[in-house]
Amino acid sequence: MNTQSDELPDSPAPEVLSPTRPLFWSIRRELWENRSIYIAPVVVASIFLFGFLISCIGLNRRMRTLPTLDLMKQHQLVVRPYDTAAFMILLTGFLVGVFYCLDALQSERRDRSILFWKSLPVSDRTTVLSKASIPLVVLPLLVLTITVALQIVMMMVSTLVLLGNSPGLIALWSEVKFVQTTLAMVYGLIVIALWHAPIYGWLLLLSAWAKRSVLLWVVLPPLVISIFEKMVFHTTHFGLLLKDRLIGFFKEAFDASTQGHAAINPLNELTPGNYLLTPGLWIGLLFAAAFFAAAIRLRRNREPM
Amino acid sequence: MACIEAHGLRKAFGSTIALDGIDLRIEEGRILGLIGPNGAGKSTALNAILGLTQFEGELKVLGRDPWSERDQLMRDVCFIADVAVLPRWIRVADLLDYFAGVHPRFDRAKAERFLSRTNIGLTRKVRQLSKGMVTQLHLALVMAVDAKLLVLDEPTLGLDILFRKQFYDSLLNDYFDRSRTIVVTTHQVEEIQDVLTDLMFIDKGRIVLACSMEELEERFLEVMVLPENAAAARALKPIHERQVFGRSILLFDHADRNQLAALGDVRTPGIADLFVAVMSPQGTRQ
Repeated sequence: MNTQSDELPDSPAPEVLSPTRPLFWSIRRELWENRSIYIAPVVVASIFLFGFLISCIGLNRRMRTLPTLDLMKQHQLVVRPYDTAAFMILLTGFLVGVFYCLDALQSERRDRSILFWKSLPVSDRTTVLSKASIPLVVLPLLVLTITVALQIVMMMVSTLVLLGNSPGLIALWSEVKFVQTTLAMVYGLIVIALWHAPIYGWLLLLSAWAKRSVLLWVVLPPLVISIFEKMVFHTTHFGLLLKDRLIGFFKEAFDASTQGHAAINPLNELTPGNYLLTPGLWIGLLFAAAFFAAAIRLRRNREPM
Repeated sequence: MACIEAHGLRKAFGSTIALDGIDLRIEEGRILGLIGPNGAGKSTALNAILGLTQFEGELKVLGRDPWSERDQLMRDVCFIADVAVLPRWIRVADLLDYFAGVHPRFDRAKAERFLSRTNIGLTRKVRQLSKGMVTQLHLALVMAVDAKLLVLDEPTLGLDILFRKQFYDSLLNDYFDRSRTIVVTTHQVEEIQDVLTDLMFIDKGRIVLACSMEELEERFLEVMVLPENAAAARALKPIHERQVFGRSILLFDHADRNQLAALGDVRTPGIADLFVAVMSPQGTRQ
């Protein structure tokens, strides 16, 4: 037994870790594994910026035609690129979130690393919540940051191009209400994250459950149910339900009827009170909580495939 | 306190019984070799101990129920298995960061010291490392954790003999002290013979033999006899007999050493030979 050390180890008192520390590191881990989470929106923003730079060639000429248009058209002409930029990055964030969730709890089983992750003092709850926070927290923050950065660059480029064209400059800086649109975007991102939470929960659950092809399990059952409903009852309730879950937040959280006046202040469009009173929001959150809880339970039993 | 204690530990997959009511008690500071044929229930037993699978019966690891308290338990338990692969996409430095982030008992400087003795660069990704290096990396991580129990499930599978030797050497020299417990399963039994303090044979979900290495030396004897002495030796009821170079080697349980010494060379059997003797139908019949 000469190989055994004779000194007893002075075992240090276990360092107390704050409970959020494993969660924080698990989220970082997700970003290491899935770099598309931030690369995809940055690439989309870069491509959009490139297109915008080319379109700036005609910016001076377009701005000179402004006075000939009515107020609404003027507003749209100036603001549209900024809205489109926000929309593109928002859409990218949604798609990245969906595809991330499809894979999140399956890839660790596919590459068999799940046993390694389970050999660490990180609970299944922390793991699933860290994965859920990617589409619900991390991606919205990224979308916001990248959009704001992109819009700032767009404003600076436009200002440079319009130097010497003071009516154009004034129109640009008065129409693009930077602070208000950013605040409206923060609101919109929260609204969408809460509304889409059950979608991400359902995708995570499927990815913890399915042996293969999660995408097929996502797409086929709703399709079959819709076709069945249409054939048997001649109704489309199920399809409408899905559509409502995808885009239904808009009519609850924004007042589209003020569109014409939006030129004055985009914050006037927001209807948070109405949104908070929408049953669909709370029912959706209940479903989301149930899906996350089920995914946590499933992961406990999961083994490599 | 016993490190691992089980009563009536049972696990069935459908109609296949993987663990058939196992009772065991592993004290602190032991190095237990869990030996058994494929499908004997070794991995199932380890998975139950690690909280990776649900089970029937009673099982306490370091005083905790592994199934309901896995994340708590893993602060004091480390695990290396051939099947628990490190994620291929991760960088070595990130892996160290992550361990330091989630593990309260991880000593990063220690892990880096172990790694500095290998060819593993911190900027490399796991997918760029050879199988032997991945095992070295995993061992470096695990040895830097101040754990109470280390579970090794075929840790050296697929490694060449140099890596295997090195693996057990560093485990004994740099890691093991009498306050830690190690449970190891392997098919390369000869290599761990000198490492173990305890031995357990498991077959068809049951424990066939459990003893300390001291007991093993007292209980089992092997004698090599010339053909003229074979009949006399067989009369003493060996549990197993095999032929090597025209001589018979007979393995005895609870035999008189002096009596055997008169018949030929007496020695303590190797684990592999004992395993064959205990497990093979021929051995049990004789």
